[in-house]
Amino acid sequence: MQSTQHHISIYPRGMKMRVTLTLVMVALFYFFSLHKTESDFIEFFSNLDVVFMKLLSMFPPNWDYIPHAIGPLIETIQIAIVATTFSVIICIPLSLLSANTIVKNQYVYYFFRNLLNLMRTIPDILLATLFVSLFGVGILPGILALTVFSLGILAKLLSETIETIDPRQLEAIQSTGGNLLQVIWYGVVPQVLPQFISYGLYVFELNVRASLVLGFVGAGGIGSIIDTQLNFLQYKNVMAILILLLAAVIFIETVSNFLRRRVV
Amino acid sequence: MENNGSLPPKPERLKQKRIRNLVIAVILLVIYIWAFSGVIRAMDWSMLQKLDENIRQVLPKLFSPDLTEWRKVFDKILETIFIAYAGTLIAAILAVPFGFWAAKNMVKSPVWNTMGKWFLILDRTFPELILAIIFVISVGPGAFAGVLTIGLTAFGMLGKLYAEVIESIDMKVVEAMEANGANKIQILFYGIMPQVLPEFLSFALYRFEIDIRASTILGLVGAGGIGTLILITAQNRNWPQLGFIIISIVVVVIAIDYISGKLRKRLV
Repeated sequence: MQSTQHHISIYPRGMKMRVTLTLVMVALFYFFSLHKTESDFIEFFSNLDVVFMKLLSMFPPNWDYIPHAIGPLIETIQIAIVATTFSVIICIPLSLLSANTIVKNQYVYYFFRNLLNLMRTIPDILLATLFVSLFGVGILPGILALTVFSLGILAKLLSETIETIDPRQLEAIQSTGGNLLQVIWYGVVPQVLPQFISYGLYVFELNVRASLVLGFVGAGGIGSIIDTQLNFLQYKNVMAILILLLAAVIFIETVSNFLRRRVV
Repeated sequence: MENNGSLPPKPERLKQKRIRNLVIAVILLVIYIWAFSGVIRAMDWSMLQKLDENIRQVLPKLFSPDLTEWRKVFDKILETIFIAYAGTLIAAILAVPFGFWAAKNMVKSPVWNTMGKWFLILDRTFPELILAIIFVISVGPGAFAGVLTIGLTAFGMLGKLYAEVIESIDMKVVEAMEANGANKIQILFYGIMPQVLPEFLSFALYRFEIDIRASTILGLVGAGGIGTLILITAQNRNWPQLGFIIISIVVVVIAIDYISGKLRKRLV
């Protein structure tokens, strides 16, 4: 029993040093970030009552404002549906071209792979601003921005699924004389269809959330009325819109989750 | 059973399935007609006439980035990174206890466990911008509101991922330690943590990549980061500078994704 007095660690000493150094660096950069972003948690928690009072200025929500918000909310959902539809259609050839089970040419494969990666690096706000600058204020730039935004995600998910399918089925169809279209239709589609539907629904959820951003840059949807009400300091109206929006998001995600669970 | 040498009769279920598919198709059709007609009615077609002019005027300017105000852009991008970093780290630490709370194999009472799961689901339903608005109103505009927003949104997702990691650990190690008389804290540090820590870190890094992108929109409502600058630049139709901002953001995002990807590959 005495031997346990000498505490012998199960971790090697070198690893301990490395981990400690990394942790110190992570912590230092954290405090630096807090300093730079003027995040003062001590002040935050000591002034919690003030924060709470300001929060209460949003309550009770002005329910009379809801009728004004229904129109923009419907527009938001319609934008999301249309954008999801476009990206679901466009993503099919894109994901086939960026799956190495279908495309054997390395150059083509890497070109489309990198194209998809590049598409996903551009944040939605930049896409929206870009399309607004090209098309002017309106609903069209919003649809285009969401289409491109979701296309990158959807095509990546789908191409990864296509890469994991059973290649023997494709070879079997090929060996009986099936052409590329037949291979895709009878070999690939049945294997990926459930996931494809599931991803489509998932991206629709993402689009509903992302479409909130659009209105702030003039690309249509519910964001624009939130922006105006915020600028007029009408916090009770803002809260009413936010609650309506949250209810819509929860409803859509519940339905979509239910459908996704049944499909896959 | 009829059997006159032809194909066997089609099973009943197929008919049901066909009806079900028909119903689904009709519902989808109605939704699509509703969505597309609404969008087409709301569309301002006159902008298409100006499109040609816009493209000729705007695109060349976007592709000739203006670097004169690089300091301002640089500062704002750094602020975006700081917001994402601080927010993610807060979330990554805060998510650990909640991950244990929501993990099936760590909590004896199923009711208590489900509550943990629901709590995390509740957190994840809030879109970032909604939280950002609430925080900007309650703590005032600035990067701090952004840090709180990122912290709270990242926390829901990380908590869920952590819980899944904890649920997949090898419980035999824990049982063996229990049998040897180890206490709860020893089990935590020597039985569970070594199994889950690499994946925790990997998920936190992954979330950091997402948060960099997410932090760019915070500025729309005054919660810090580059978003405000994007908004102002676009409103002033300062296309050369917008081009520069776009390029810088893409470069930064790619660089961070690359580094984080390398680190994650080494971790797991």
